[in-house]
Amino acid sequence: MNVIDEGEGELVGWEHPDDVRAWNREHRSRAFEDKRMTAREAVERFVDDGDLLASGGFGHVRISTPILHEIVRQGIEDLTLSGKTTVFDADLLIAAGAVSKVEAAYCFAHETRGLAPAGRRRVEEGDVEVVAEASNATLQWRFLAAKMGVPFIPSRILAGTETFEKSSANIVEDPWTGEPITLVPACYPDAVCIHVSKADKYGNAVIDGISVEDPELAAAAKRLIITAEEIVDSDELRARPKEVEIPYFLVDAVVEAPYGSHPGEMPYQYYFDEAHLEEWMELTETEEGLEEYLERYVTGTEDFEEYLEVVGGEERLADLEAIENYERPETGGPEGGERT
Amino acid sequence: MSEEYTSTELLTTVASTLIEDESTIIVGTGMPMLAAMLAQKTHAPDATMIYEAGGIGPDAPELPISVGDERTFHRGVKAAGMHDVMSYMSAGFVDYGFLGAAQIDRHGNLNSTVIGDWERPTVRFPGSGGANDIGSLANETIVAMRQDETSFVEELDFLTTPGYLEGPGAREAAGLPADTGPSHVITQYGVYGFDDDCKLTLEFLHPGVEEATINAESGFEIDVSDYEHSPEPTDEQLRLLREEIDPRGVIR
Repeated sequence: MNVIDEGEGELVGWEHPDDVRAWNREHRSRAFEDKRMTAREAVERFVDDGDLLASGGFGHVRISTPILHEIVRQGIEDLTLSGKTTVFDADLLIAAGAVSKVEAAYCFAHETRGLAPAGRRRVEEGDVEVVAEASNATLQWRFLAAKMGVPFIPSRILAGTETFEKSSANIVEDPWTGEPITLVPACYPDAVCIHVSKADKYGNAVIDGISVEDPELAAAAKRLIITAEEIVDSDELRARPKEVEIPYFLVDAVVEAPYGSHPGEMPYQYYFDEAHLEEWMELTETEEGLEEYLERYVTGTEDFEEYLEVVGGEERLADLEAIENYERPETGGPEGGERT
Repeated sequence: MSEEYTSTELLTTVASTLIEDESTIIVGTGMPMLAAMLAQKTHAPDATMIYEAGGIGPDAPELPISVGDERTFHRGVKAAGMHDVMSYMSAGFVDYGFLGAAQIDRHGNLNSTVIGDWERPTVRFPGSGGANDIGSLANETIVAMRQDETSFVEELDFLTTPGYLEGPGAREAAGLPADTGPSHVITQYGVYGFDDDCKLTLEFLHPGVEEATINAESGFEIDVSDYEHSPEPTDEQLRLLREEIDPRGVIR
């Protein structure tokens, strides 16, 4: 196959498919065993310094905040972050100093709320290095290749741009059309956390609403932590097997985490905590403010349960549930703006 | 600019007229979303909005604030995933993609990655997000952005998303799908199309804007020899925007 052009970005998370097959054969259990544990234990067992980490959901929608908090509490460092439609999830880890490198599709910003003060500062001051550029479909299809156990996926994106030049993709001559085609290499993150609507104790998981990249990401992960709004009996899921997005044998840990996406949204359940996100944006303008935030909400709290009390407890969460379900439309949504 | 409507309202109504009926549109949050909803409620009832995170054809009583929030698939056609949406787009099922950018060049190439040096940027932006995918795969892209000398540039600091690359034929030569690329660029001064050399050219000048402003506020020369005036928003368009689509004035 004639290689036309090679992206010069760092090849993050690629392995020979046979090496990953061997990993999945030796280290991933097929047993129907109870995988329930605390967020602390899940991070102690399945996230290490230097890992390539990917966070499921959509950056501030359906994220695993309890796992992100534990990564910060346990002082895990030198992570490479898969910057796949990341928003609050990435900003928290980057701000807290857990991340050294990023492969960036969408990172360092909060959609309509604007650019991320802390995330940008880390990159612009050189504390965090962008080692490769990507696009959303690039990372989506890197995970798809991993899910399929193949070394790459052909696609018709990236060509002709500097996003390609700084990516880890290659452009080759397609043997069928004779024209250039972009190959995106597989990506196997070491550690992945995905927040779901429901799971059983074995890890079978249901995602209500859009799945974003999670069906591919779950299968690409070498170690997968599921956090769930609710742990349900297996029989409930066996009654609706089509709704199970992630089967148990992909899963290493199951963490019960009601309101686990806070301050992000959980579709159908609770809305973004805009006041909290505004506080994050304001405090992270300075390093002192950032320290104040972390002490108040993360390192200064014992666990996610205590965090939920500090952010306003049941009363605040009931408000967010009402907004999500259109019961208080006058209070939903922040001031809008352009998405760059 | 008349006091009867805001600049955003004008851009929204102008953008909505570019959307044909029986079409699919990939939108982000912000003005393009309003334009697509306005088109739906006026001349394009069978226009379907698609969000790259997986939401297809929502019918929500309030605006989304994220490309992945519940309002992007509430009472929708399908709550899909990103792989589905990107695949439908790659197969030619997406007619319009709306994009924003920090910089654009004469061929409609876009930068949303960095200002300054890539390795140690003066300003780090989010990066491509879905923009490179939309700019590569949608049948047609429409760019909405603020125009000044620092955003309309002779040379991009970084080419994030493909417009017409170096000019005619360059997209196809690079391997991008045939018959794709930017059709329009909408700014606070006017609406631009592309000529046979794939160069930005003025198509509509907004009300109250001087012709001289077009080139005064651009780092590259723009052909202003053949243009019309943008239609002003109608009372009905303004009523729909203010009362039905965005009653809280989230995007003004």
